[in-house]
Amino acid sequence: MAARVLLPHMSRASGVRVAGVGLTPFGAHAGRTGRDLFAEAALAALDDAGVAAGDVEGLDYGNFMGALAERQGHQAPLVAEAAGLRCPATRYEEACASAGVAVRAAVQTIRAGEADVLVAGGMERMTNLPTPEVTEALAVAADELFEVRAGVTFPGAYALMARAYFEAYGGSREDLAHVAVKNHANALDNEYAQYQREITVEQALDSPTVASPLSLYDACPITDGASAVVLVSEAYADDNDLDAPVAVTGTGQGADRMALQDRAQLARTPAADRAAEAAYADAGVGPADVGVAEVHDCFTVAEVFALESLGLYEPGEAVGAARRGETTRDGAVPVNLSGGLKAKGHPVGATGGSQIAELTRLLRGDHPNSDAASDATVGVTHNAGGTVASAVVHVLEVVE
Amino acid sequence: MSGSGGGADGGGGGPPRATGYDEWVEALAAGQGFYLACSNGHGSLPPRRVCPDCESRDLSEEPLPEAGEVVTFSELHVAAPAFADETPYVTAIADFGPVRLTGVVRGVDADAVDVGLAVGATATDPREGTDGGSRRRVVFDPR
Repeated sequence: MAARVLLPHMSRASGVRVAGVGLTPFGAHAGRTGRDLFAEAALAALDDAGVAAGDVEGLDYGNFMGALAERQGHQAPLVAEAAGLRCPATRYEEACASAGVAVRAAVQTIRAGEADVLVAGGMERMTNLPTPEVTEALAVAADELFEVRAGVTFPGAYALMARAYFEAYGGSREDLAHVAVKNHANALDNEYAQYQREITVEQALDSPTVASPLSLYDACPITDGASAVVLVSEAYADDNDLDAPVAVTGTGQGADRMALQDRAQLARTPAADRAAEAAYADAGVGPADVGVAEVHDCFTVAEVFALESLGLYEPGEAVGAARRGETTRDGAVPVNLSGGLKAKGHPVGATGGSQIAELTRLLRGDHPNSDAASDATVGVTHNAGGTVASAVVHVLEVVE
Repeated sequence: MSGSGGGADGGGGGPPRATGYDEWVEALAAGQGFYLACSNGHGSLPPRRVCPDCESRDLSEEPLPEAGEVVTFSELHVAAPAFADETPYVTAIADFGPVRLTGVVRGVDADAVDVGLAVGATATDPREGTDGGSRRRVVFDPR
């Protein structure tokens, strides 16, 4: 331990390694059960890690709307069973940040010395519901009394935030269109992405309005999918000679007032500010160290909020980042090389785990877009719940 | 109003009862809108046991200011089923001073809604019947 604490960026947090990652392709999996989707991801993660299911001591599992989409509650032991895991299993629900907080729980458990091997991740099944019912189910993440009954949908809520941002700082629909174009371009070679096709700024601007000022191409798709990561203690990785060069070195979580109307400001996301500050402090790094980021772009404007909360941009500066080419694959800090939620897809309860899986692959060098992150040794994930009433940020570092 | 609807939560297809909120939205509909003020002057909306800003448990009902100002808005073209017959419609957040409210803007063309628009707040019932909790929703009228 003494040698570790001499290196600030490899302090206590270097004790948690990402031993393996697994994903289902994101998209429409008509008829497939949630338990089967998660089993596919979890088995892939175990295979990637070279870890036997019998060594897994717990499952931390994210899911948001399974009780609505599949009429299935109490999912954690169900999906553990489907994945061949015979260990305690717990479901975490934090809307679209469900898997992010599941990963955080696993990191904290390993750090506390309570376990050496945990599986974390999540699953969401969404495309089996008609769009109006998905819209209704997603709105459950907002305040039922003061927002949903006043006609606020999920796109509507982000539209309210987007207009507030434009009012406060400027920016345009065209700026946001460049975010969508960038993330679609990044998804082209990602075999797990829902949309492996490019779009143009003109197509994005001409797409139908969903909730002004946001249009269809500002929004992520409706997606089925699952994610899983195998997290292990450094001691377990060493003892078992695992090839696990990426560590989770920082974790942070933040909260805010639930309803937008009660927030101190609408053009910023303070919950993510707090999550980022905590994660950076935990890892002993700062925004200037970050070489690559996977952020929660459920809508294009959400990527803007994320980059400013992560300290990669000053308030009001991130809206033009994609247009200026700073966050594209050739930019200084590539953002959402996976395609992001926008093009890779957003099975809400799986997304936080998917971000860890994608960033791990990017840093390990086995992601189709790893060449765009070849200089990066520090990466961050940013996962937001609802309209960022909750947020969780993780710092991943290449430590071997 | 408490107990006036009868029946179990959600009975008759209405929304679940929400004591505190239901009385608040009914008062708003009756022109008696209020908010909760804590001993340190923070505003909030019911149901509350404690001020979310300062932990004060000394909350009193105060009259809602008559005029608010739109701080952000959106015209929604894709709605949840409960609003399917009304699309497109404009939802806004308006600042009434001690509290902000979210509501549907009515009586004005969407193009005429802008940040800074002065509005009053009331609550309407888009459908007949109040079998369960209140079906009333917050609406804004330009002033």
